[in-house]
Amino acid sequence: MVVGAVGMVAVAVPFLKTWSPSARAKTAGAPVEANISKLQPGQLIIVKWRGKPVWVVRRDEKALATLEKVVDELRDVDSDESLQPEYAKNWHRSRKKEFLIMEGICTHLGCSPTYRPEITSDFQGGFFCPCHGSKFDFAGRVYQGVPAPTNLTIPPHYFVSDDVILIGEDGVA
Amino acid sequence: MSEKQTGTGLMGWIDARFPLTKMYEEHLSKYYAPKNFNFWYFFGSLALLVLVIQIVTGIFLTMHYKPDGDLAFASVEHIMRDVDWGWLIRYLHSTGASAFFIVVYLHMFRALIYGSYQKPRELIWIFGMFIFLALMAEAFMGYLLPWGQMSYWGAQVIISLFGAIPIVGDELTLWIRGDFVISDATLNRFFALHVIAVPLVLLMLVVMHIIALHEVGSNNPDGVEIKKNKDENGIPLDGIPFHPYYTVKDIVGTVVFLILFSVVVFFMPEMGGYFLEYANFVPADQFKTPEHIAPVWYFTPFYAILRAIPDKLMGVIAMFAAIAVLFFMPWIDRGKVKSVRYRSGAFKLLLVMLVVSFIGLGYLGALPATETRTMFARLFSVGYFGFFVGLWWISKNENTKPVPERVQ
Repeated sequence: MVVGAVGMVAVAVPFLKTWSPSARAKTAGAPVEANISKLQPGQLIIVKWRGKPVWVVRRDEKALATLEKVVDELRDVDSDESLQPEYAKNWHRSRKKEFLIMEGICTHLGCSPTYRPEITSDFQGGFFCPCHGSKFDFAGRVYQGVPAPTNLTIPPHYFVSDDVILIGEDGVA
Repeated sequence: MSEKQTGTGLMGWIDARFPLTKMYEEHLSKYYAPKNFNFWYFFGSLALLVLVIQIVTGIFLTMHYKPDGDLAFASVEHIMRDVDWGWLIRYLHSTGASAFFIVVYLHMFRALIYGSYQKPRELIWIFGMFIFLALMAEAFMGYLLPWGQMSYWGAQVIISLFGAIPIVGDELTLWIRGDFVISDATLNRFFALHVIAVPLVLLMLVVMHIIALHEVGSNNPDGVEIKKNKDENGIPLDGIPFHPYYTVKDIVGTVVFLILFSVVVFFMPEMGGYFLEYANFVPADQFKTPEHIAPVWYFTPFYAILRAIPDKLMGVIAMFAAIAVLFFMPWIDRGKVKSVRYRSGAFKLLLVMLVVSFIGLGYLGALPATETRTMFARLFSVGYFGFFVGLWWISKNENTKPVPERVQ
């Protein structure tokens, strides 16, 4: 019996393993570069990394100022329960205040939120997920009372130079 | 029987080698079904009919479909536009999917009102529940194949559900997808499961369902056991042979069903966006989420339960619990009286609550969430689960009417 069970498991492993990401899928998951020299304040560009949309946002002073105002309405202000590299665990959730590099995938059920740069009296701007109504501020921090459990995820990244960032690696800086 | 096995001619030759006559008699000409079946009893044979439609149309679709992230969407359009009669085969298959769920939901409801899950039919019910599970898996994976926006994002949402499982969640979703996002790898494996693996399981379960049914015999709208009253030949007094009586009766059900089915296939194959969602006529784009993601109608009741709960993990648990609880129906219901005809007013009230809640959830699950709607979804979720709690509660000492000895 035991020998039979061991044999069954041993045979099952290769079959189950075929479902893991293939070598090609892993290669496609390699780090990507993005040039941000032409990015204007307020603008958002999408970089494809591991098949996921990664947003690079250049935040202006007005957008950064809202981050203070919304603190009381957020669920995880200090990003304690959210995913980000250590160097992005701060109030602006980035290496440089101006540039936000963030995965554009809702932490609720994986939809892609939309960018809402307009600051109005109802909503201090940021990101809104159309699927189930989750709201995030300009640093991707989630509001209270929406389905998304945590802030949006910050991928590993670093500035190769002032104009170029590499997404997918922590780098040295 | 014995003279059959020693019979002459072709049948005799076969029967000596394969129990053809024996099987024919056991399951058709000498399978005695209660004589009082009403229209609720059409849905079992109709489910079988839809299964055949799905298998035949599915086989022909695979001859033209390409399970490839770059080609899938275009190959479906190719079937719709270029392949002779391709549109018909495809609409039969897509309408068949919805028809399957309509028929199966009604079939399950029949079991609830007449107590067909009760002793000694627990296994029939459990096999049936596994059929329902396999059917949901089949429908979910089939819906990814057209590779439209709703295929893609619907699958994204459902696969992400597994990410709510603590510790292994993220690894598990990666393994299911075979990539960091839903991709060609996911499409290809879903294709394999949809056309080979799940249909095989489904067929096997259907056979087990029917064997178990024919072993204990069918229930009926009065919920009395016809095997208790037999004539001198051992034939139930209230039983009639399935063939020709019910085969002929089922033809009537089949005709009515096929008329309605054809109306949908030929005049409203999209069914106002409920059978085929409009967003699915746009190719899958992983950088653009549709404004509103809704599952196909047959999943909306469970989806509404998921959304009604503000915590992600709890929502997922509640959604799966809503299906899992059905497996335990034979033990949740502690009553001895099967048919709703002789059960208490409390039971009827609970049944109404279940139906209202289920339809309410189904309606809400198809719409974008607002605060009012979420409140109602919570109310209906309580109503849904309340049915099972209430049934367990009332069925212990239920105030039932006397059940007749024989069918009325």
